[in-house]
Amino acid sequence: MMILTIAQREFKTLFLSPLAWSILAVVQWLMAYLFLSQVEAFNVLQPRLVSMNDAPGIADIIITPLFGNAAIIFMLVTPLLTMRIICEERRNKTLALLLSSPISHLQIILGKYLAVFGLLSVSILLTSLMPLSLLLGGTLDFGKFFANLLAMSLLAATYTAVGLLMSCITLQPTIAALSTFGLLLLLWVLDWSSSISDHPSPVMQYLSILRHFQNLQSGLISSEDVLYFVFGITLCLLLSILRLEQELLQKISPAVVHNSSVE
Amino acid sequence: MSVLIAAENLSRYYDRHCAVDNISFNLSTGEVLGFLGPNGAGKTTTMQMLSGNLAPSTGTIAINGFDLLHQPLAAKHNLGYLPDTPPLYKELTVNEFLGYCAKIHRIPPKQIDAALKSAKHRCGLEAVAERLIQNLSQGYQQRVGIAQAILHNPPVIILDEPTIGLDPLQIREIRHLIRELGQDHGIILSTHILSEVQESCSHVQIIRQGKLILRKSIEELNLLMHSSILQITTRSPIELDRLNLIPGIASFESISPTKVLVHCVSDANITQISDLSVVTEQIVATIVNAGWGLLEIVPIRHSLEDIFIDLIQEPDPSLATV
Repeated sequence: MMILTIAQREFKTLFLSPLAWSILAVVQWLMAYLFLSQVEAFNVLQPRLVSMNDAPGIADIIITPLFGNAAIIFMLVTPLLTMRIICEERRNKTLALLLSSPISHLQIILGKYLAVFGLLSVSILLTSLMPLSLLLGGTLDFGKFFANLLAMSLLAATYTAVGLLMSCITLQPTIAALSTFGLLLLLWVLDWSSSISDHPSPVMQYLSILRHFQNLQSGLISSEDVLYFVFGITLCLLLSILRLEQELLQKISPAVVHNSSVE
Repeated sequence: MSVLIAAENLSRYYDRHCAVDNISFNLSTGEVLGFLGPNGAGKTTTMQMLSGNLAPSTGTIAINGFDLLHQPLAAKHNLGYLPDTPPLYKELTVNEFLGYCAKIHRIPPKQIDAALKSAKHRCGLEAVAERLIQNLSQGYQQRVGIAQAILHNPPVIILDEPTIGLDPLQIREIRHLIRELGQDHGIILSTHILSEVQESCSHVQIIRQGKLILRKSIEELNLLMHSSILQITTRSPIELDRLNLIPGIASFESISPTKVLVHCVSDANITQISDLSVVTEQIVATIVNAGWGLLEIVPIRHSLEDIFIDLIQEPDPSLATV
């Protein structure tokens, strides 16, 4: 209940600033362009597909690459949304309101997490409307469609959790955004080296976010991949809560600095 | 009277710097405790610890019987806190913001409207209720901060410099509000405006370099402030030798031949006042008899400021034991 109250306020605040609107708009424009170019590619390929046995369908040619691109765009956008969640409250000194209210740290973190994830979900839903529009003139492999939707949601949820953690750790929003992006990109490219070498490291392979994402995208929903995301999200949220607790215990003297700056 | 805040042996270190050094105090219902101290003395740190924004390095805090560390939610339920910077979401309107505060302070939905109305009325926010907080003047923002702290009618109210940024009229209103709230709540307020303490507090606590050096009720403090000094101005020069014959005079301080400060013997108890009037009478009689032409005789009161300056400047806080 309290979590929803916090999430609601946070979500509303996101839409009170132009940030949420511009992010939704920019993502939507980019996705629309990418979607149309995939449709174009499908049109070009169509004559050849007809003659093939077991040819890839709309889902493989349009939906999977579309969400694959969305994954990259979200990687750029999520840090901008998450950077301010805790960081800015700390800078504006509004965190005191939450900390002196009868709310647990878990509720604060989850509330804020849900708000940002909610916004990303809106964007994912808007994006998924595009492939759905193809139903006007054709059929869709709904299994693959929902697998992509699930993969994208889990990915966005993980991005948000990483961003939230960074926002808890750093003191400046820009640093939070930068480190979130850095960490996410690292997780994304972690697997690249192992795909070249003859003896890929299993650890690197497991850690690679790209690998799990593509596994899910392919329509093969294995618990291993889902658990990877769930575990990552839980870890980041737990660390965020610990970070808040730790800040309470050993704040590095902003109070002293502030005290001497009054009057 | 129940104990609302019980703080025991609180200390707080920032790395190796000790901001608050082993302070203990209680606050009961009906008390308004003024927290005084120079900048950097540890006022804000203490406030942050009491409000659960900062964990003490050592010591315990109980708010209305609930330990702040072990039962934080129950303790914070009894707490209203205004930090030194009001924690406002400036993109919301006053109504939206207070509504949110009401929810996170767990006011039952049916009572939210009434709570909002009463808080807005008490802090004079009715006229700006639909305006964005970021467009309000600093004084109004401060009032929204106070409204937020008293909204859920908590037994304990902690206000860190509540009148900062307010104009004199608003300051008077807020002081009135604090006195009114003080009747059935326990209030701690920090300030460095000394007259504020005299006007709105029932108890005073002075902190210096993290140590508590004075804890007195306003009545006790007023006693400290009673003067034992008379300033005498005459037309012709005073012969100090003749005045010195009067019993009860400790020493003189000559400002000019016709202007003298007389220090009377003080025992720092209530009888001193009547003693002083006896001494005054004799001084006046002596001066008139001698024909020096008495122009003025004024008892000089210690202001709270004198006491405060004395206390915070003295290397050894001996005055605290007076």
